[in-house]
Amino acid sequence: MKIRSKTDLDELQQEGWQQLRGTVPTFLVGMASCGMAAGAERVFQKAKEQIAKQGNNCRVFQTGCLGFCQVEPMVEVRLPGGDRCVYGPVFPEWMENLIESCSKGVLPDDRQIGRIQTLPAVPPLVADIACQLPDHLFYKRQIRIASRNCGQIDPESILHAFGLGAYQALAKCLAEMTPAGVIQEIVDSGLRGRGGAGYPTGKKWLFTKEASEKRKYLICNADEGDPGAYMDRSLLEGDPHAVLEGMLIGAFATSAQRGVIYVRREYPLASRRLQIAIEDARAQGLLGEKILGANFSFDLDLVEGAGAFVSGEETALIASIEGRIAEPRPRPPYPAVQGLYDCPTVINKVETWANVPAIIQQSAHWYGQYGTEQSKGTKVFSLVGAVRNTGLVETPLGTSLATIVEQIGGGPHPGRSLKAVQTGGPSGGCIPADRFDLSVDYETLEAHGSIMGSGGMVVLDDRACMVDIAKYFLRFTSSESCGKCTPCREGLDHMLQILERIATGEGENRDLDKLETMALGIKDGSLCGLGKSAPNPVLTTLRDFRQEYLAHIEEKRCPAGVCRELITYTIDEEACTGCGACLKVCPTDAISGEKELPHLINAELCIKCASCREVCTYDAIRIV
Amino acid sequence: MDIEAIAQNWRNRPGMVTGALHDLQRRLGYLDEEGMKVLATALEIPLSQVYSVATFFSSFRLAPIGRYHFQVCHGTACHVRGAVQLRERLERDLHLTIGGTSPDGNYSLEEVRCLGCCGLAPVVQVNEDIHGRMNQIRLGRLIRPNEDENENPVKN
Repeated sequence: MKIRSKTDLDELQQEGWQQLRGTVPTFLVGMASCGMAAGAERVFQKAKEQIAKQGNNCRVFQTGCLGFCQVEPMVEVRLPGGDRCVYGPVFPEWMENLIESCSKGVLPDDRQIGRIQTLPAVPPLVADIACQLPDHLFYKRQIRIASRNCGQIDPESILHAFGLGAYQALAKCLAEMTPAGVIQEIVDSGLRGRGGAGYPTGKKWLFTKEASEKRKYLICNADEGDPGAYMDRSLLEGDPHAVLEGMLIGAFATSAQRGVIYVRREYPLASRRLQIAIEDARAQGLLGEKILGANFSFDLDLVEGAGAFVSGEETALIASIEGRIAEPRPRPPYPAVQGLYDCPTVINKVETWANVPAIIQQSAHWYGQYGTEQSKGTKVFSLVGAVRNTGLVETPLGTSLATIVEQIGGGPHPGRSLKAVQTGGPSGGCIPADRFDLSVDYETLEAHGSIMGSGGMVVLDDRACMVDIAKYFLRFTSSESCGKCTPCREGLDHMLQILERIATGEGENRDLDKLETMALGIKDGSLCGLGKSAPNPVLTTLRDFRQEYLAHIEEKRCPAGVCRELITYTIDEEACTGCGACLKVCPTDAISGEKELPHLINAELCIKCASCREVCTYDAIRIV
Repeated sequence: MDIEAIAQNWRNRPGMVTGALHDLQRRLGYLDEEGMKVLATALEIPLSQVYSVATFFSSFRLAPIGRYHFQVCHGTACHVRGAVQLRERLERDLHLTIGGTSPDGNYSLEEVRCLGCCGLAPVVQVNEDIHGRMNQIRLGRLIRPNEDENENPVKN
């Protein structure tokens, strides 16, 4: 059945909301890729079996990601009457207990992450559900706008999405707003591109709207290439309709007739759920001709990428869609005036599109109350690496690094100390721990030589070597360089060679000057963002962690104990109890020793694989 | 799907070449020379264009992969949590280097940029299954080389 009016949509919203509320205890298993990797599928199967065994007095459905990767697999329980609670990590055996208990109306205390606000009788607005677990350290400073529905609905059910107001913002645009009015609202909200460059979204749309050509395109950039950033995957896997609705609103505002979603090849689940969402939306008449009975038509194609970091650059992405290799071209002309098939094209990232319906549903003013003067709204960050709580966090822009890393992230693991946070992926840099007072927004991080980028935050502790980190990123960018510009293609490779020299203890003091000179040359001489920003990880670490480079060069020592050629594994005789665990796992038989006597590592045989350190429960393996 | 049908499906659509190559790769698990030639003709584009796309992107392979395809994630979070050691372990135990396939066609090994499961780093993917929170011991259990065809050596 096709939806022909706002009334039809309202009815579906009520129906969807009632289905979400349910009349029996309901279990929502977080089944985005990260949940799956932690074993959510077995939890889901177990739940189905247990519910069948109990005579189907409960129900279970899959949902997207609540963001707290550390405690995956996560399960939310909803009791009739609206009481809700989140649990994690939930393993299959324990799922049985949970179901048994909850079907009697009792929410167990064990493994509880926290109680969530009670489900209201009528469908809530975005503002009502933006902060759901206000008592939990990981959640209490979060405002979830882009990720509002992730973990709330079955991403493969359009009815669930309706229940939480999907396509209501579109209906509002069609019924009450003009295209110019929509663009003005987006301009007023202060929304900027969430992909890194931070260009004002409304302004971009305006260029395309004002272009005289008849054929126009929208592109959703879901080629999330930054290692360490995965919010777009989570949004697509958790709430694909938010992205479709955002694009529909963009199409109405710019009069584009056709859209393309370009998804990374590495995200098969996101592609599958997006495909389902597109088919469902088409079946309901939300894509195609005369959408919601209005004189408005739009449809889109899903295109799968093929694994190239540079294809996230907008002109390279367009080249790839057009059937060529993903090589960037000079700008201007910008895609907003000359993009896909030479037509005016708006390109925005998944997260940017997902924000649009929320802004229209609430208001520009509401969205703009979050963030700073220049950087309004919220941003999803992937907080990973050496913190206790890893996961996706959505906070107002302008939140300090300290708040994100130490409060939401829970600080370092016991016995460790934080050293830096790497922001913005290969285009970003490292911010040292003594600058965690910095506010996370577009301007501040850029002023500090890094960028906010797409929102990756990899936390590094005293076990991370900054030379190794710089080398890691250069290895990445040099192999992902498309090869078009010589400074990027050749220069990054040369810088990598120098870093490899330093990491093996063969570096010289003048290498540091060489690195700096080359870095500046590559920044100046490259066409696209990849080359322009690739030297950032080296430049920021050289500036803030020069001592560490010098230790490698002058003392032939890696203070963090990472660089292979400069370290030796040994056993601390005092701490070793001679339990023999290390001896058993050593793949090269480098460890010897009598039972209950301190063991020894033969440095000649040791391949520094770290197996011994992993199994030693007495912390007796030392790296010197 | 035969190559004509693949070309028919993708001709003049957005993502034409990558889309058609993905479908072509699904037939044999890799891109064969003959297949690319037929595809270029059917899509009415130069073979050089098909070949340049096939060799530019890392998802396309010009040689078969193993029955168990191991992908070691080398995103930043995985790197700082020991991805290098995991890769070496796989290279050692499977007697392979990155990009290689074992002579019996059972195993192949690849390094991938980022699987987007950074919260569970380090991560290794075997065929379609992603395994999080890897370490040397768990990886050892995952590999467990086993000649018996009836026993799936990669399920944990």
